[in-house]
Amino acid sequence: MTRYLLRFVALFYLAFLLVIPVGVVFRRTFANGFGVFWDSITTPEAVHAFKVTLIVALVAVALNTVFGVSVSLLLVRRNFRGKRVLNLLIDLPLAISPVVVGLALILVYGRLTPVGEWFGNRGIDILYAIPAMVMATAFVSLPLVVRELVPVLEEIGTDQEQAASTLGASAFQTFRRITLPAIRWALVYGIILTFARSLGEFGAIAVVSGRIRNETQTLTLLVHERYTNFDQEGAYAISFTLAFIAIVSMVVLTTVRPKER
Amino acid sequence: MATLYLSVLVLIPLGAVVWRSREDGWSAFWSDVTTPEAWSTIKLTVLASLGVAAINVVMGTLIAWVLVRDSFPGQRIVEVLIDLPFALPTIVAGLVLIALYGPDSPVGVSLAYSRPGVVLALLFVTLPFVVRTVQPVLLELDVEMEEAAASLGASRFTTFRRIILPNLVPAILAGAGLSFARAMSEYGSTVLISGNIPFRTQVSSVHIYNQIENDNTTGAAAVATLLLIVSLVVLFGINLIERWAVNRD
Repeated sequence: MTRYLLRFVALFYLAFLLVIPVGVVFRRTFANGFGVFWDSITTPEAVHAFKVTLIVALVAVALNTVFGVSVSLLLVRRNFRGKRVLNLLIDLPLAISPVVVGLALILVYGRLTPVGEWFGNRGIDILYAIPAMVMATAFVSLPLVVRELVPVLEEIGTDQEQAASTLGASAFQTFRRITLPAIRWALVYGIILTFARSLGEFGAIAVVSGRIRNETQTLTLLVHERYTNFDQEGAYAISFTLAFIAIVSMVVLTTVRPKER
Repeated sequence: MATLYLSVLVLIPLGAVVWRSREDGWSAFWSDVTTPEAWSTIKLTVLASLGVAAINVVMGTLIAWVLVRDSFPGQRIVEVLIDLPFALPTIVAGLVLIALYGPDSPVGVSLAYSRPGVVLALLFVTLPFVVRTVQPVLLELDVEMEEAAASLGASRFTTFRRIILPNLVPAILAGAGLSFARAMSEYGSTVLISGNIPFRTQVSSVHIYNQIENDNTTGAAAVATLLLIVSLVVLFGINLIERWAVNRD
């Protein structure tokens, strides 16, 4: 009896918090047929936003992959002072408001700051342009690769790596032939997480992008703009697309996961 | 290299926020965070986050329990669904909630532009935390202890309270801490459903955003610094809980 009651409460909660709301958006997206949906996500504005989103996300993913791999190796394989501080710092972006991230970047890289001015004089805009958007995205998704790699690196140990280097392999060869294959799936997992997070970033991007239509507008900003301009159907269409990508990445993740364990 | 990347991206910018908030001295900092509008957003954010953490403690543990100890058709799907709030962009999360609980709600419940709406959005984005910290602990829990308690005449509720719950406490606390930190810093999902009404539904992140738009970066930095301190304290607390849990084993 208790068992059914608990099951009912859990499913009821999930239904009303998660499943039904998402379902309503999916239904409304196609309420006027697939053609209307398709037109809505292929307006010049939407296509441009899609491109911007993709560029920003891909660069941020590339940066965080390189950073993630090196920091994970550092955290697991080396001992140094301040390791615990570094460990805590890596997680910080998860607990910081994206708006604060945006503010932080404005204060250092804004047009009136020394750094911003230096770049501005050389014709490079950081704020209200792609560079700041990449930085904001990389900031918020910073811990994701590291958090996937660290446990795996801890588990595989160093026996094989040591064997490789006694046999004369260089550090790079050891990494490429021994370490990388062992952490491959965790890395894929971390990259997909970072990518999904990057596509969906809103708050930090809203602050540093300047929200310039057909220039720095991303998909999430377009959702917001359309909704506040009373174009609900248009907002639903973009949201559906973003949610679809999110769900596909989740399905990929659950199929990748078991191979590791 | 890694340190340089971390400094350029995270440390120097965050340092600049703290620096800017302190620029005009402590009293200026204090008056920036205690302007009636700023203070009301801070109160709402803290109270809503505490409430959300409390609800997640109950519902998260319950869902983890059902996922581990119960079995029913479609359980695998529910298992995958739990992570959806992490994968979904926050603005989409907000839009999804306003589609069902907004002004033209198909079920006739409107929580838009109200405080319960804010709490709902925060519950959505923090759903996975407690579930995902409690679930692995529950999976590894020894059933023999429970059987021993039951054979000694303990009721199911007593077994839960005396045997199972104490083992789950560190995980529940860690999950609650994560939910709280996330709720304190949430922006995207609350933007649409809260309507951002000052003194009513405006959360601190929205307040910071408005101050940036009004070129009051010092005021924005003051509230941001306060949020930063809270994040650091919570992260440190979670770190301690995790170490405590490891030592206890």
